[in-house]
Amino acid sequence: MRWLREHRVAAGIVSMLLVVLAGGAYVFWTSASERGGASASAAGPGDLLFIDQSDGRDVVQRVRMADPGGPRQDTAERCQRVYSAGGTTVCLRLAGPGPSYEVAVLGADGRLLRTLGLAGIPNRARVSASGQIVSWTSFVTGDSYAVPGGFSTRTGVLDLRTGALVESLEDFSTTVAGEPLLSADRNYWGVTVAGDDRTFYATVSSQNRTWLVKGDLPTRTMQEVRPGPECPSLSPDGTKVAYKKRVGRLGSWELAVLDLTSRHEQVLPGTTGIDDQAVWLNDTRLAYGQVPGDGRKSSVFAVPADGSAPPELLVADASSPVPLR
Amino acid sequence: MYLTTRNGPPVTEKPVTGGKLPSTVFALGAVSLLTDVSAEMITAFLPVYLLYTLQLGYVQFGLLDGLYNGATAMLRLLGGFVSDRLRRPKLVAMAGYGASALAKLAFPLAGASGAGIGGVLAFDRAGKGLRTAPRDALITLATPPGRLGRAFGVHRAMDTFGALLGPLVTFWILAELGTGASPVFAVSFCFAVLGCIVLATFVREHVPPSPKPARSPVSWRACAGLLRDRRVRRITLAAGLLGLVTISDAFVFVVLQKTSGVPLELLPLLPLGTALVFLTAAVPMGLAADRFGRWPVFFAGHVVLLGVYAVLLVPGGGFPVAIAALLGHGLFYAATDGVLMACAGPLVPEPLRASGLAVVQTGQAVARLLSSVGFGFLLAAMSMRAAVLLVLAAFVLALAGAALLLRRRRPDALAA
Repeated sequence: MRWLREHRVAAGIVSMLLVVLAGGAYVFWTSASERGGASASAAGPGDLLFIDQSDGRDVVQRVRMADPGGPRQDTAERCQRVYSAGGTTVCLRLAGPGPSYEVAVLGADGRLLRTLGLAGIPNRARVSASGQIVSWTSFVTGDSYAVPGGFSTRTGVLDLRTGALVESLEDFSTTVAGEPLLSADRNYWGVTVAGDDRTFYATVSSQNRTWLVKGDLPTRTMQEVRPGPECPSLSPDGTKVAYKKRVGRLGSWELAVLDLTSRHEQVLPGTTGIDDQAVWLNDTRLAYGQVPGDGRKSSVFAVPADGSAPPELLVADASSPVPLR
Repeated sequence: MYLTTRNGPPVTEKPVTGGKLPSTVFALGAVSLLTDVSAEMITAFLPVYLLYTLQLGYVQFGLLDGLYNGATAMLRLLGGFVSDRLRRPKLVAMAGYGASALAKLAFPLAGASGAGIGGVLAFDRAGKGLRTAPRDALITLATPPGRLGRAFGVHRAMDTFGALLGPLVTFWILAELGTGASPVFAVSFCFAVLGCIVLATFVREHVPPSPKPARSPVSWRACAGLLRDRRVRRITLAAGLLGLVTISDAFVFVVLQKTSGVPLELLPLLPLGTALVFLTAAVPMGLAADRFGRWPVFFAGHVVLLGVYAVLLVPGGGFPVAIAALLGHGLFYAATDGVLMACAGPLVPEPLRASGLAVVQTGQAVARLLSSVGFGFLLAAMSMRAAVLLVLAAFVLALAGAALLLRRRRPDALAA
C-alpha cells in the first residue's frame, strides 16, 4: 500500500497501459476470429432467406425451404432486417456513424436501386408480391426520452414504378372509430401490401391504443379495421391477415390469424412472446423470428395458420425469415 | 446522446479571474471524457441490443428508457450528502464511477430479461447519480472562485467531446465486428476503467487544513437548512422554474425536424449539431460568465432557448432554420450547464458543497422530468404548433419569475 501511495502516478500509468493492451488484444482477437468470407451465391425460388444471428455479423443466409435443417449458404448482403419478393430485395442495414441506418433497395441481379436514410433502428421491412412496393419501419428511440412507456416509429413506403416516396405514413389521413385521427403522438408500423399494389394493412397507435387499419396508397387514406392487432401480414391469396395481439393489457403478444371474409379470428397456440411481423410460407403456414427467452439467440419458428399445432423450430440462430417464391 | 442534465460545483477564495486552471480540473475533465465515451457507447448501442438482439417489446423498452433517465435525482442528493459527511468527495465519486463501470460487465449477464436489464440500467444510473455532485464539488473546491466559469467550461467541453466520441466507437465496432453484444460492452468497460484509473491517479483531493471536528457539521438538518439560505433557495427555485419550461432534447429535435422540413433521415444527426456547438462554446461561455456574472449568462442562455422554441414555430424553414435552432440550442447548453454550478457553488458553505450542488441539480432535474412528461401529454392532446405556443407562453412567465426571484441582486454577488 505504501509503495502504491509513493508510486501512484507510475502505478496509474502502468495499469492504464494494461487496460489498453487487454482491450486492444480482445478486439484484435475478436476481429481475427470472424468468418473467412464464405463464397456468396444468389438465392432463388424455393429458398428461405434469413439473417444469421450466430456470430453477430448479420449475414443474410439461405437454405432450401424443403430442407430447412440443411446447409446454410451466405449471400452477399449484411442486414438487420431483410425482405424480398418479385425480384426486389429491401435490406435495412448499418450506414454510418451515429450509428445510423439506411434502407437499401436491390434489384433482381443484386444491383443497388436506391438507398434512403433511416431515422432510427431497423424494425420491419416488406416488399409487395410484384416487387414494386417497398415499405419499412424504423424505431425512433429519442422521441420518448423520459416519458415512461413512450416510443415512436417511422414508416416509409416507396413505389418503384414511379419512384414516389412516402417518408412517413403520418402524412396520410386516418379514420379511427369514424373520426379522423389527428393527435401528434400517432405512430404507424408494419405495412403489408396486397396483390393490387395499392391496398395495404398497417398498425396505427395513439395514446397506448393500437388499431389494425386498411389503407389505400393512391388516395393516401387509412380506415380502422379493428382495435388491437399489430404488425399485420397478408396471406399470398389475400384472404387472411396474420398479426400479433396482446394477451393482457401490457402483456406479451401472441400470433393470431383473421379471416377477412368470415371475420373469424384464430389465436395460434404456443406463440406467446412473439414480437415480429410474421411471414406466410404458403397459404397455410406462417414463420416468424423469436428469442426463446432462455438465454438463446433469436430463432425462426414455423406454425400452421389454422392453430392446429404448436410452432416448431425452422432455423436456429436466425431472424427475419423470407420465403422466396 | 445524454445532454440534458449535467452538474458542477463552486469554491470560495479570493476572486481571481486570470491565471491557470488547477490540474485537477483537467484530470476530472479527462475522467468525464473517458466515462462519457463508455456511457454514450452504450446509449448508442442499447436500442439495437434491446430491440434487435433481445427483441424486447417497445413498451418494455419505453419503460426502461424512462427508468434510465429518471432514476438519478434522489441518488444525487445521497451522493452529495455522503460526500460531505465523510469529507471524501473523491471516494464517493470513485464509487459512482466504479458502479457504472461494473454495470457494463453486468449487461450480458442479465441476458434477455427485462427486469434484469432494468436492474443493470438502474445500477448504472445510480453510479451516475452518486458521482455527479461530489465530482462538481471537487471542481469547485480546487478552483479559485473567479475562474469557476472557465473551469466548468473546460470540464463540460471535455465531457461533451467524450459523448461525441462514444457513438463513433460503437459504430466502428458494429461495422467491423458485427452487432454481437460482447465487443461493445467489453470496450465500453475498458473506457470506464480507464476513467476510474485517471480519477484515482491524477485527481488530488482538496484536504481541509483544519482537523476533523468531533461532531460533523454535516447532517440532514444542515442540508435541509441550505434551503433556508435565501440565495441558495432562490437560485434553486429559479433553476427549477426554468427547468419546468425546458422541453427535453429529444422532443426539440423531433419537432424541429417536422417543422423545418429537413429530411427525416437527418433526425439522428440533429443532437450532434447541438453537441458540437456546446463543445465549441462551453469555454467561451464560461469565460463570459466569469467576466459578466454567472446569473446573467445563465439567464441569457434561457432567453436564447426561448428564441429556439420560437424558431420551432416557423414552418418549412428548411436548413437555415434548423441550423439556427441547433446553434441556439448548443449555446443554451454552453451558457447554462456548467454555469449554473459555477453560479451556485460560491453560495454554498464549503463543508456542505456537494450537498448544496446536489440540491440545485436535483431541483432542476426533477423539473425537467416533469416538463418532459407534461409536454408528452400536450403533444397527445393538441397540435404540435399549439403545444409549442403554450410552452412559449409559459416560458415567458418563467423567465419573468426567475428574474423577479433574483432581482436587485448585484451581479457580482452571485458571480463571485
